[in-house]
Amino acid sequence: MDMEEHFFRHEFGRIVATLTRLFGVDNFALAEDVTQDAFCRAMETWKLRGLPKNPSAWLMTTAKNRALDILRRERTARVSEPELARFLESEWTLVPTVEEAFSTYAVNDSQLRMMFSCCHPRLSEEAQIALILHILCGFSVKEIAQAFVSSHAAIEKRITRAKKVLAESTKLFDLADADFTARLSSVLQALYLLFNEGYHGASPEAAVRMELCEEAMWLMNLLIKQPALVTPQSYALAALMYFNAARLPTRLDDAGNLVSFFEQDRSLWNHNFIAEGQALLNLSSSGTALTKYHMEAAIASMHTSAAKSEDTDWKQIVSLYDMLMAIHPSPVIALNRAIAIAQVDGPEMGLQKIGVIHDLHRLSSYPFYPATLGELELRRGNYHVAKERFCTALSLARNPMERNFLQRRIDTCRER
Amino acid sequence: MTEFVYLYRGYELPASPEEMQQKTAKWMIWLKELSDNGHLKSLGDPLQPGGKVIKGAKKQVIDGPYAEAKDVVGGYSIIVAKDIEQAVGFSLGCPIFEDGGSVEVRPIGQ
Repeated sequence: MDMEEHFFRHEFGRIVATLTRLFGVDNFALAEDVTQDAFCRAMETWKLRGLPKNPSAWLMTTAKNRALDILRRERTARVSEPELARFLESEWTLVPTVEEAFSTYAVNDSQLRMMFSCCHPRLSEEAQIALILHILCGFSVKEIAQAFVSSHAAIEKRITRAKKVLAESTKLFDLADADFTARLSSVLQALYLLFNEGYHGASPEAAVRMELCEEAMWLMNLLIKQPALVTPQSYALAALMYFNAARLPTRLDDAGNLVSFFEQDRSLWNHNFIAEGQALLNLSSSGTALTKYHMEAAIASMHTSAAKSEDTDWKQIVSLYDMLMAIHPSPVIALNRAIAIAQVDGPEMGLQKIGVIHDLHRLSSYPFYPATLGELELRRGNYHVAKERFCTALSLARNPMERNFLQRRIDTCRER
Repeated sequence: MTEFVYLYRGYELPASPEEMQQKTAKWMIWLKELSDNGHLKSLGDPLQPGGKVIKGAKKQVIDGPYAEAKDVVGGYSIIVAKDIEQAVGFSLGCPIFEDGGSVEVRPIGQ
């Protein structure tokens, strides 16, 4: 009698995408209403009668019948997608067209097309992510606001505006479109940011953040399970997610405090995820393309393949960072490269490399910039300077977890 | 042992699919426990919102059942209990109370 975890959420995305394909994107609000209605009926019925044999089919049938009612009643007044409209005009073709839209193949296709539609170039990355969570993962405004530690009003405004942009099209994004490659990059970037929000984000609740990582991986899996759409960079991003997710359980201790990477209990890492990540990383090397996802996944794999922190091949990691800097330079990556260099050549060399980072000022509000300086100063015995650096970092901390972590580093310096 | 009907009245619907799933699961767990203990005669049925009320000598048909959402019966179950006190006791675990709804406990005529 158990439902799969997040079953309602994920079915919501499948149904709303299918109905949007039928009614047209400009009728998205109608698709949402019909979906919501199907879920209310499911809840009312199942809570008393128990789960049907095939809950997914039950929901689909309920939504399909409701769609047929609406299309019979309103016909083309409701349908704006030109190719579909003519099939929906006569009863003769209406039923088979709607049946076809609800076939497993078409539902999966609509779901992916919706994902690409959400990453409209006129929407900011934040809006794209909010829209994906709202439409494809069935997150309410409240749930998104909680996950992003943002106000209800701000998220509501963001989603309302994004839906307006979405509704300016009539059709869902066509996966055979000439813009496919460019749009795929936006989709991957959105999923990458969604995962990172869960991994590094500001919500103090570990469960909330774990959910964001899970949703990003769920969406990523939809993408890589479509043989016609999958690209090496998609595999690389999926690999990166699996490697990082493997380490997720050890990033926080039982009290919810951040645990330094070097002190994480590696026996608690998810070894199935590491194996999956490795398999995906192998698949990602089939082409000639080398993206930031490839390099980041390769670095993550170096970490997860070391049984002990001391076994880490830092030299190899430094050269991977060199390659990453060559294709995607950024001050944060340069900072991480400096940390790797410090592991190989000592803290002085690390500090020296940080000093020459291009665009260093862009890190001025990033707490882990002064925290890294503190860490390296601590390692070379400059406790007083280290403490000052950690205090600066503390003043920039973005959430209680970071604050606790940095406070403990300051205490470490005091004890010396 | 006497049979009782639980009439479930008006409550707020959860806003998100995730909350709906959790709520559905809570109801199923509550009813399963009643059933496992032999106190459930029938899971009952949900009643869809809307309908008609026919009344008076003129048999006037109006849209119903009630204007107030909180008064609308959303479903029922039939349970078996020693007496009304026990039947009331069993109802206390119903998840409907978390959402502002009510349970009306009525002995079934014998």
